[in-house]
Amino acid sequence: MADLNDLYQEVILDHNRRPRNFHALADASHQAEGYNPLCGDRLTLYLRIDNGVIADVAFEGSGCAISKASASMMTDALKGRRVDEARALFERFHRMVTTSPDEPVEDLGKLSVLAGVREFPVRVKCASLAWHTLKAAMARETKTTTETEGW
Amino acid sequence: MTFVAPAVFDVARIRADFPILERTVRGKPLVYLDNAATTQKPQPVLDAIAHYYTELNANVHRGVHELSERATEAYEAARSRVRTFFNAADTHEIVFTRNATEGINLVAHSFARPRLQAGDEVLITAFEHHSNIVPWQLACEATGARLRVAPIDDRGELMLDEFERLLGPRTKIASVSHMSNALGTITPAREIVRLAHARGVPVLLDGSQAAYHMPVDVQALGCDFYVATGHKLYGPTGIGVLYGRTGHLDAMPPFLGGGDMISSVTFERSAWNVLPYKFEAGTPHIAGAIALHAALDYLTSAGLDAVSAYERQLLDYGTAALQDVPGLRIIGTAPEKASILSFVMDGVHPHDIGTIVDREGVAIRTGHHCAQPVMERFGVPATARASLAMYNTREELDVLVRALHRVRQVFG
Repeated sequence: MADLNDLYQEVILDHNRRPRNFHALADASHQAEGYNPLCGDRLTLYLRIDNGVIADVAFEGSGCAISKASASMMTDALKGRRVDEARALFERFHRMVTTSPDEPVEDLGKLSVLAGVREFPVRVKCASLAWHTLKAAMARETKTTTETEGW
Repeated sequence: MTFVAPAVFDVARIRADFPILERTVRGKPLVYLDNAATTQKPQPVLDAIAHYYTELNANVHRGVHELSERATEAYEAARSRVRTFFNAADTHEIVFTRNATEGINLVAHSFARPRLQAGDEVLITAFEHHSNIVPWQLACEATGARLRVAPIDDRGELMLDEFERLLGPRTKIASVSHMSNALGTITPAREIVRLAHARGVPVLLDGSQAAYHMPVDVQALGCDFYVATGHKLYGPTGIGVLYGRTGHLDAMPPFLGGGDMISSVTFERSAWNVLPYKFEAGTPHIAGAIALHAALDYLTSAGLDAVSAYERQLLDYGTAALQDVPGLRIIGTAPEKASILSFVMDGVHPHDIGTIVDREGVAIRTGHHCAQPVMERFGVPATARASLAMYNTREELDVLVRALHRVRQVFG
């Protein structure tokens, strides 16, 4: 049986307590709002993309520890990345949280701690909300929900 | 004066009738505290469903054969049981629906819409479930009428003077929950009806939560409509009840068209069947109605007064026990409340609470409880909600409290 500590690892609790890049971005070039209608979690993601590079990224919103930590860690992971790299990371993160818990986890560095949600299927959407919102923002969509994306 | 013996409520005996309470969840005994979402079913209800499909299954109101006659009898006996349960004046005032939501939609569509004109008003309250908001929004959108909302105070009580003030000359119907699903508040239903009727405003009471926690007498309440849902009354899902006064139901056009709701059909026109069949189009949930009969018998033999008293003790015990958990705040503290413990914890989102207590076998609901405006009123995105039923015990509430201490431990 999955242990609670797999889900609530110290690094996740730390990002929940002290989320990084947790503010609005006045000079954002891209922005989207993500919503999980199942639990009411809501976040706004801001990106400043210069010449195809994510120069700055920040978020605001309210949500559970998993969604907040996931957003916080995502912003850390995205800074300085090229947009195509960010897209690739989205795909890899998607794979990581949706593969069966019996499969080995692809190493995504610090983001790998979120693989724990695989044992808690109803919480996968909490971890994915920020990433959906990222995808929407990069595509210049202003709104997305975890329901339309289906994972 | 009749002497009433103090109610002795044998919860162990009640529990023995609910097979699912025997099971374990995640290796721990199940502690089911999500009763406001749906209650578990006692053996007689399960037996009634099995008995219907193994012995009686046939369509109702149409066959001349033995099975159809017997199924019809059992279906109509269920209606009659619902009448006595709610003390309606006449059996034809009981319409079977799928759930309370359908009952409200039926009234909004067939009773309210024809009476609503642009500028008219529908009055609800700030603690309604979405099912008592959205059908009225649809009716208002279709007619140009306006939805008015009576506010609640910080304890989660309806502000009755504001409610009265909002009852205006344009108010065509008031629709109010008899008990809030998110806060547990019991509304002063008789007073609400009295105030509304004094201004000629008909009242629908949503009894989804109230009906399994306290005796309900629709004639004593004086309401025009009352809705309830079977699956919270320890019955099956998919069966609900609408009570409506004869005069109203008679005057209302049908809600859904189809078989069984007509007396004659030609391609030029159809004539409607008598009450209550005018509102029951198509093959109904026969097994559901029959099993609801068994559920109401069960609840009645447990004794709703005794259930009510027992659950009140349990609620008081739980309210006190939760105070032990650091940083926990109960949302909904009306003196008149039943069976709902909605709460938030400092620095912990309700979803994380739900996941952690689930690991201890405790089932609670987390989220907005289909009452987003209530969450907004109290300035929280969501709450965790433990909701009680007659089979819950103090020991189970102790398990919940221990699990919440574990939450505190994880989140520091």
